[in-house]
Amino acid sequence: MIKCVGIKKTFGSQEVLKGIDFTFENGKTNLIIGKSGAGKTVLLKILVGLVAPTEGEIWYGDKNFFALTKKELSTLRMQVGMLFQGNALFDSLTIEQNIRFPMDMFTKMTLKEKTERVNYCLERVSLSGVNKKYPSEISGGMQKRVGIARAIVLNPKYLFCDEPNSGLDPQTSITIDELISSITKDNKITTIINTHDMNSVMEIGENICLIDKGMLVWEGSKDEVLTSESEELHDFIFASPFLQKLVDLRK
Amino acid sequence: MLGSNKLFYHLGKFMIWQKVIYKKPENLRMYYNETIRQMYDIGIGSISIVFLISIFIGAVTSQQFYYQMEGTLIPAYYIGYIVRDMTIIELAPTITCLVLAGKVGSNMAAEIGGMRQKEHIDAMEIMGVNTSAYLVQPRLIAAVIVIPILVTMAAIVGILGAYLASVPMGLFSGADFDRGIREFFIPHNVTMMYVKAVVFAYILASVSCYQGYYVKGGSIELGEASTRAVVYSDILILVADYIIAVALTA
Repeated sequence: MIKCVGIKKTFGSQEVLKGIDFTFENGKTNLIIGKSGAGKTVLLKILVGLVAPTEGEIWYGDKNFFALTKKELSTLRMQVGMLFQGNALFDSLTIEQNIRFPMDMFTKMTLKEKTERVNYCLERVSLSGVNKKYPSEISGGMQKRVGIARAIVLNPKYLFCDEPNSGLDPQTSITIDELISSITKDNKITTIINTHDMNSVMEIGENICLIDKGMLVWEGSKDEVLTSESEELHDFIFASPFLQKLVDLRK
Repeated sequence: MLGSNKLFYHLGKFMIWQKVIYKKPENLRMYYNETIRQMYDIGIGSISIVFLISIFIGAVTSQQFYYQMEGTLIPAYYIGYIVRDMTIIELAPTITCLVLAGKVGSNMAAEIGGMRQKEHIDAMEIMGVNTSAYLVQPRLIAAVIVIPILVTMAAIVGILGAYLASVPMGLFSGADFDRGIREFFIPHNVTMMYVKAVVFAYILASVSCYQGYYVKGGSIELGEASTRAVVYSDILILVADYIIAVALTA
């Protein structure tokens, strides 16, 4: 479980986050949704410690993230995996070396053990056999899956995904969503996804928070989305004229 | 921010950053492998340009001194002596490092800056890697080891260039050149060359890495950072050159 308490963030005179209180639950796919520029990415970066908040606290279980000692922080870092919007795969390394990188850096596993683990992770994301290829030699969807494989290689307790479906076709997006959801369930981890993909919201959104203009304006699950009376949620979900027409027809 | 404020801001940030760079490596083998890779890139990647520049600088130096001393009462072997000392004390370390600031420095700034922009650095930070140390320490160590070797080669090739441009061309005899190269040799000058090489190597690697590491924005800013890496490195190398010259010849 990850809890944010009163998170505020200011850049110069611009207040990007205006006091976010939310709990991301364990074993669930938690979604941060909102329009572009709402403050989702800043919140995600604060959650993983890449950006310091102006005010507020982040709790990983019973530990205050910003009060951790260096040793505790290193231990926690080993329990965190992240999938970046642009994948952040190292171009000069092969797929295998990319996935092996956290193990090379932080474990004393033998090469054989590491290779076995890499193969397992690649199998888990249905990408066996691409070990020796370079990131530039595989498609965007495959790169996302490699990013997921690297994120889960150290068996993290917390998985963060920044816009996992950006730049992907609807079919591949569904595959990625299903993959993240199944990894969350199988490994019983806390997954936090930053997205504005409505399909993801309706398919895997078990615990959702909607951010608008730096404020938490709605929280609930995918089952509550369609029945909610929240105006902000309605504006966000039915922003497309096509969906709006469907709602009108339904009425 | 005003110019002087900006200067002190970056100077302070650079000094504080030095402390972070020298934190204990998370995994010695990974740092070792990266250092070897950097040594190869800096060394092998720069040999040809260093050779080419040194041979011509040596050739031009001997030609110019012959032109200035021809017809004077100064003995011809003095040209060999002047070429040797100029190459060892000044030309080999300074010109080589100014050239390497352009080649190696801009490459370091662009490589690290590109990693910043593609979120590679963020990815490593989240894994728990001390990115300042992992990306900069191997480059600094590699530069401080390899650049003095390149400077040594530059000095030898520069003197060879001077020989090729003077003796076979009939400006003066091989015996005169040999005598000039051997006369009045002061070993302290070689020490000065290595002091300069190490200091300049550190300056060009650390300034370039700093420019790349803290780059913000897109490809235009990355290009600007790369240019700044070269310009600032060159200026600081020349300032350091003067300070070392004063300190070691006083």
